Order: sequence, then structure tokens, then C-alpha cells
Amino acid sequence: MWDYTERVMEHFRNPRNVGEIAEPDAVGEVGSMACGDVLRLTLKLDEEGRIADVKFKTFGCASSIASASALTELVKGKTLEEAETVTNQDIAAFLGGLPEQKMHCSVMGKEALEAAIENYRTGGQAKHVLEGKVVCTCFGVTEPEIERVVRENDLRTVQDVTNYCKAGGGCGGCRGEIEQILARVRGIEPEPEKPAPPKRRLTNIRKIQLIQETIEREIRPMLAKDGGDLELIDLDGDQVIVSMRGQCAVCPAAGFTLDGFVGEKLREFVSPELVVVEEKP
Amino acid sequence: MKTIYLDNNATTRVAPEVVEAMAPFFTTLYGNASSMHTFGGQVKKHVDRAREQVAALLSCGPSEIVFTSCGTESDNAAIRGTVEASAGRKHHVVTTRVEHLAVLSVCQHLGTHGYRVTELPVDGAGMLDLDRLEASLSDDTAIVSAMWANNETGVLFPIKDIAEICRRRGVTFHTDAVQAVGKVAIDLEAVPVDLLSLSGHKLHAPKGVGVLYVRKGTRIAPFLLGGHQESNRRAGTENVPYIVGLGRAAELAREHMADVARIGELRDRLERSILAACPDSFVNGEGSPRLPNTTNIAFEYVEGESILLLLDQAGICASSGSACTSGSLEPSHVMRAMGVPFTAAHGSTRFSLSRYTTRDEIDYVVEQMPPIIERLRELSPFVKT
Repeated sequence: MWDYTERVMEHFRNPRNVGEIAEPDAVGEVGSMACGDVLRLTLKLDEEGRIADVKFKTFGCASSIASASALTELVKGKTLEEAETVTNQDIAAFLGGLPEQKMHCSVMGKEALEAAIENYRTGGQAKHVLEGKVVCTCFGVTEPEIERVVRENDLRTVQDVTNYCKAGGGCGGCRGEIEQILARVRGIEPEPEKPAPPKRRLTNIRKIQLIQETIEREIRPMLAKDGGDLELIDLDGDQVIVSMRGQCAVCPAAGFTLDGFVGEKLREFVSPELVVVEEKP
Repeated sequence: MKTIYLDNNATTRVAPEVVEAMAPFFTTLYGNASSMHTFGGQVKKHVDRAREQVAALLSCGPSEIVFTSCGTESDNAAIRGTVEASAGRKHHVVTTRVEHLAVLSVCQHLGTHGYRVTELPVDGAGMLDLDRLEASLSDDTAIVSAMWANNETGVLFPIKDIAEICRRRGVTFHTDAVQAVGKVAIDLEAVPVDLLSLSGHKLHAPKGVGVLYVRKGTRIAPFLLGGHQESNRRAGTENVPYIVGLGRAAELAREHMADVARIGELRDRLERSILAACPDSFVNGEGSPRLPNTTNIAFEYVEGESILLLLDQAGICASSGSACTSGSLEPSHVMRAMGVPFTAAHGSTRFSLSRYTTRDEIDYVVEQMPPIIERLRELSPFVKT
């Protein structure tokens, strides 16, 4: 059960300014049915350009109803310029706070107000039109929208972003991208991936065992194809001392074989520090 | 204010008879059932008795009952234990998209560990296509897990048919019957299920005890390693009071099986009255056979959390598949799998009754519901006022 404040519950039970103004001066609608919440705001202005009346309709949970109700109370009597300064934090504060995961309800209130103001000024679309690249396709949240909630609410984590605008809360496929947006807006590099834990130091005995195994399995069969062979003579720290046999002993390319092929296999299967040298006669 | 509890698929009231049966095992009879001395040893016969009581409810042998800590443990043990017992020879599991997360999450986990997982879809009424189920089986299939009854909609899968298909194809069949036991007759002599999960607190026993039925001869790895308890299947000192409680609850469920018809009538009354009083509402899973105690009603254009909070204000406990109530942002996976339109999925409300539900309570809910929906629809931008 959500921990709603008494004020949220009070506005949920007795929402203010419910309905739709006939012949409104401005209409703003945000959200979608698929996303689970929709808010439609209608405004009427007086001669001085103040919000004389504002009404809302919403499909949503208790906190989105309360947020919409709070918004209407906050902007009533204000000029559009004054109303524009109302933030989603103002809406949440008016209600004595919202659960973190429900902050998107306050953001939706703010967005509906903006859509209505834009609608009034441009005579444009009543429905909030997405601008910019859509990052979260599940909930239709764009890059500028994410950048903005991060900036205005000082968000730090992907979960915060999901709480405030739902982005990343569906399939989760965009969480990496949100991470990058967070880093960019906050002007910090994303945390580097933790370096792999250092491999456990091999004891000499284990190292020799592994070298023998690798020679048997990976190296000898390849050399045998050319009639060559190789023998492990000694191990000195990371220096593997071998002796070339058969064709390898007389082959002019043996140096190349030793350094390239043999060294590569041993570094791959045993330890990346190994260096292979030929036994000094 | 009186509480009208219509959320019995979430959990149930512990029957007073069950509490009574459990009490001595907290006070005087606290011995360990495995002890050699009489004081401890006498407890064992009470555990055995509980095993018989549960077996009687399911029409199976007492040795096929393994006590666990909950339904989730039973589901985990059934699927993981079967896969483990196949010793890497089989790499395919089959389940459905509407399973409880206790099954679905285990299958998805296996999916990220080298197993192939088939999640069978359901139709709009929440029903499986058995031809499709059979077609998904192969020699590589280790287990099929399909629930007896869906927790959200109450839709009953044709478990006998599924079990027979699996039997014919030699595939182990597990059913999560957590919601079905005590609400519909279960006869494991007639239905060739190999593994069946049940949970105590869904049938008037307390939380913290469950059962995995394991048909004799079914290959399954131990759930917990350690002592010899539960025939070496599930180590750990027996949770005696809870096991005794579950046994008594199983006995009561058997005695009250006839009540099921009465519960069904109350459910139908609730459903019919609400549908008649609230326009643009429908029953999720309509047309499929359903549990007699469950109804899941979708109210178009309103949101579930708001419905629940207003019901709560009237003292009525129900639940919802809406996004907001679960803390996730999307409606329940069951509603999505059934293709319930978003306009209705968010407003789906589940009422689940028990043998303690009275007709007066149902009439009270029927009276409270329409004004709640009406009020929320006045707020809804999708309804023209």
C-alpha cells in the first residue's frame, strides 16, 4: 500500500475543479491510455489574462488525481507567465510530498499546464506533441523530457528517472541510454565498469601444470603437422624456457613460431604475462 | 467500520479450528519429531496425521506429500528439482504466460542459464490451446508447468487433459494449484499430475507452510540438503505447528467442499449485480471455466488504484491488476497476456470470496460499487459528461 499523505488522500477524495470548461481559451492534454494515466486541462482567462477558471479530467491513480487537483489550485488567479513558474516540485510540496515512485504524477501536471499554455499562445495542438528523439518507446518519453526532469529535479539514478517520468519502467531496454543522458546532463562521466577482479596468482606448480597441458593440447598437435615438436625445459618467473625439436629445431621460422604461436597460446590459456624463450644451448 | 474481506486469493483468515489445533505445539508439545525420546517422538504422529489429512484432500498417498514453507518454495522445488534430476539431458521447459511469478520467474531464470523456455500464450478468455501445448513438447522437454487456477481471473486450465498429454509424451507435469485447492475438487487418482504445489494460507491455514505433492516414481532432486526429514526431499526440522495447522485446514476444506456451491452463488450474484449497475464493465475470463470464488471485473475508463482506495474507504478489501497498485508501471502480465484493452486492464478489480463471506456482505458491496465507478468516471477524460 502506498504511503500517501493525508493531503493527497484529501485531494483524491475531494478533488477540486473537476470537469471540462465549455469553450475554453486553452486546452492541454498529456499522457496516454496505454501508459495508464491521462490528464486533460481546460483554462478560461479573464480580461487581464489571469486564469479565471481551470478544470481537469484525469484517468489515473489517487496521486495523479490529487496532483491535478493541486495544480488547479496552484494556478488559479495567476497570469500565464506566473503559472509557468509552477514546477512539479511545487505540486508535490502542495500535497505534502508524494511517494518517489509517484513523482511522475506531479510531472504530468506540470506538462499538462505547459501544453495548455502553448496551446493558448500558438493556437496549436491541444494534445501535447512529443518533440525530440523518443528514448523510452514503452511510455513514449523523449530525450528532452528526460533531460529536463533530470535537471529540474536533480535526479541521480535511472530509477529516479523512471519514478519521475516513467522512462525505463517498461521493457527496460532504454536504461543504458538513460544512464548516458543522466551522465551528460549532470556533467559527469558514467561510472567506469569495474575492472575485472585480478586473477588469483598461480603457484609455480599450477603454472607448470597448465603450461604442460596447453602444450599437449594446443601446441604440440599443430607443430606435429609440420614434423616439429617442442619440450618444456624450465620456468623462471614468467619466463617459459623451451627447446625446439624435430623440424622446428632447424626451421628458419622457428623464432616466429616461438614468439607468435607458442607464446600466444600460453598467454591465452595460462597467464597473460608469460614470455617464451628458447633454451640457450 | 466493519471489514468486508473479499481478497481471499491474496490470503485467507486462519480458521479458528486451525488455530486451536496448532496451539499445543507452541506450548506443551514442542518436541522435535525426529527425537528418539517419547517426548519428541510423540509429535511425529501428529505430523503423519497432517500428511494423511492433506493426502485425503487430494486423493493421493501420504508418502507423496512433502511439506514446504510456502507455495513459492513448492513451485521452485518442482521446476528446479525436475530440471536438476534430468542431469543435463533435457534443456527445455514449457509454461504459460499467465503463471504466478513463482513459476514464471524460475522459468525465466532457467532461460538465462542455457535452457530453452516456451511460454504458451492464452486467448482473450485466458484459455490455453492444447494442440499448441502438445506441439511444443519434444524429447528435450524436462517439464511442463501450468497452473490449475489463475490467481487473478480464476480461470481453470484443463489440467486433466494437460496431464494426460504430458503422461503420453513422457514429460513431467507440474501444476501450481495454490488457488485451486479447497475451491475445486482435486482427485489425483484420476488426474495424472506428477507434481502439485499448494499453499496453506490460501485455504485458512497460516502463512509459512505449503506442500509439494510428488507422485510416486517422479524423479526430482532434493529441495534442501541436510537432515533426513520429508524422506530426504526437504531437509530441515519440521515446522510442526504449521504442518498440523495445514492438516486441519485440509480436513476442514474437505468438510466444507459442499459450501463451494454457495460461494459460487454469492460470486454470481456479486458479478451479475455489478455488471448490471455499472455500464461498460465486463468480466475478465468470461466464457472460460472459473473458480467459484473469484471474479475479475474490468471497468472501462477508470483506474484500479482509485477504485481500491475508494472501496477501502467503505471497508471493502479487493485487489487490482492495475499498474499503480503493484508499484510497476504496466498492468499485470495476466491482463496483458489476455489482451485486455488498456482502457479496461488498468481498471480491473478482483473480488475473491471465501466460505466466511455472507450474503449481507455481498449486498453491501453491490450497493457501494456503482457510485464509486460513477464518481471516478466523472473524473475520466474518456467519458463525455
